[in-house]
Amino acid sequence: MDLSVRIGNLTLKNPLIAASGCFGYGVEYADVVDLSSLGAIVSKGLFLEAREGHPAPRIVETPAGMLNAIGLQGIGVRRFIDEKLPELRARGATVMVNVCGTTLDEYVEVSRILSDAEGVAALELNISCPNIKEGGIQFGCSLNGTFDVVNAVRKVTTLPIIPKLTPNVTDVASFARASEEAGADAVSLVNTFLAMVIDVETRRPKISNVVGGLSGPAIRPIAVRMVYECRQTVSIPILGMGGIASARDALEFLIAGATAVQVGTANFSDPFIWATLLDGIGDYLQRHNVARVVDLVGTVDTRTKDKEWISS
Amino acid sequence: MPIDVAAVVIGNRPLSSDYHVLALAAPAIAAAAAPGQFVMVKAGAGFDPLLRRPFSVFEILRDAAGAPAGLTILSKRIGVSTALLYDKAQGQRVDCLGPLGRPFTVVDPPTEAWMVAGGVGLAPFATLAQALHARGVKSTLFYGARRGAELFYLDFFRALDVELVLTTEDGSAGELGRVVAPLDRRLAARAPTSAVMLYACGPEGMLAATARTAVKYGRPCQVSVERIMGCGLGGCYSCVIPMRDEHGSVHNVRSCIAGPVLPADRIVWD
Repeated sequence: MDLSVRIGNLTLKNPLIAASGCFGYGVEYADVVDLSSLGAIVSKGLFLEAREGHPAPRIVETPAGMLNAIGLQGIGVRRFIDEKLPELRARGATVMVNVCGTTLDEYVEVSRILSDAEGVAALELNISCPNIKEGGIQFGCSLNGTFDVVNAVRKVTTLPIIPKLTPNVTDVASFARASEEAGADAVSLVNTFLAMVIDVETRRPKISNVVGGLSGPAIRPIAVRMVYECRQTVSIPILGMGGIASARDALEFLIAGATAVQVGTANFSDPFIWATLLDGIGDYLQRHNVARVVDLVGTVDTRTKDKEWISS
Repeated sequence: MPIDVAAVVIGNRPLSSDYHVLALAAPAIAAAAAPGQFVMVKAGAGFDPLLRRPFSVFEILRDAAGAPAGLTILSKRIGVSTALLYDKAQGQRVDCLGPLGRPFTVVDPPTEAWMVAGGVGLAPFATLAQALHARGVKSTLFYGARRGAELFYLDFFRALDVELVLTTEDGSAGELGRVVAPLDRRLAARAPTSAVMLYACGPEGMLAATARTAVKYGRPCQVSVERIMGCGLGGCYSCVIPMRDEHGSVHNVRSCIAGPVLPADRIVWD
């Protein structure tokens, strides 16, 4: 059974990726998970400089989901390279770095610095964080902005470039297409859905940033639909995510058209989820007599076959 | 290294209509836990609630031979998760991950230990009091609650030779008012040359007041903070608390891995 997948010129040993913002810098989980057993990990978002993020409270739970507005707290790209990357290398992790910027130049500079570092496998461009005011999602909500960031980073790196797209647009597939045209090797989707929770007793928002991004099983069907739409539109690989909490969920994304999947929120409540997911995908392939996981990708059968099925 | 156990509920003892002590069969966690460490508990199966909740390890349970057999948590019914935990029946299972976080630094004689607890903030002091007692440290527990009926486990602490200073907000037991008032008086009366380590756990307002009091009398103070926590492992950056570093600049620090026990004088209280 072959679980490996290809993202640009990068081969992952399996399609399971720890999602950015949900796995620290990876080193935090080294005692709990064999980092080398994952297809890849994606670091927390990194700017040129350190950022402190938003005040607490930063998260609130919702039915089958949670809002977060962390505000991209991070140590900056250079400290990441000096303090985190050596341990990640030593542990055999395949490291994708989530690249942030408040300006086009910052995306380029962070990408350039990471391209010279040893042990970075790919760059995920964060043009979709809903919780910061400057940069980021401003690029990700504009087709020209998306194209410009990807195109500019393309000029300074040979690493696979994977823009992470926001679902907070009318037509996410058009953003996938703009990414592909600008030279992206793959796209990640979806980031969180902008959302709000209010304490009716105090009439105060439940997180300090007032609004935050919704993740978790609550968003999964929307994310699956968006992956499916992008699969119809672009030919580059899709890293699908949004509420995956079981092997069946991961398989749903693969069948919808994702080449690999990212898992975030589920890792919070079950940091040991990775082995369960991997086993479940393996069992499924065996049961369905599929030799390679890539043979599942985009195989959703939407043909209408049966009138009875339609009318029921 | 944290251990995840689908722990069997071996007891659930209500202390009041809100408070209870939940006993979990988690010998490996119990054997590894140090005073001040916590566990992340999933109150129900499925996605609502979605996340685990942090609880200080309250007691270590031992079998007839004295080997660690489980642990208890002291919980107060506040939200969805704690309501589910309050209703747990013997034999049910709850996922319990731990031990997590940095424990208290336990002092040695002749330093005295003064523990300051507010409400459910009593939780980390049962195991701390045992560790202090084993070292022969003279200990005092300043313990505040809303009412006398919510002062729990007093005999447990008495049996460990812990002096009790009790306060209630309604005056129904101990001194009327907040727990920091008698703490302040005792510190004022104490010779600066006789060493005292303060340990505090409770609502943040109480922790801030305790921290100010500690600074006022030049006493070291370890606080166990409780922030809204997503994962307990440093992954989500939810549970941050602003702290001053050695150069005086303020950073948001993850209380799950840097804490939950933190030096009070470095925290920037609201």
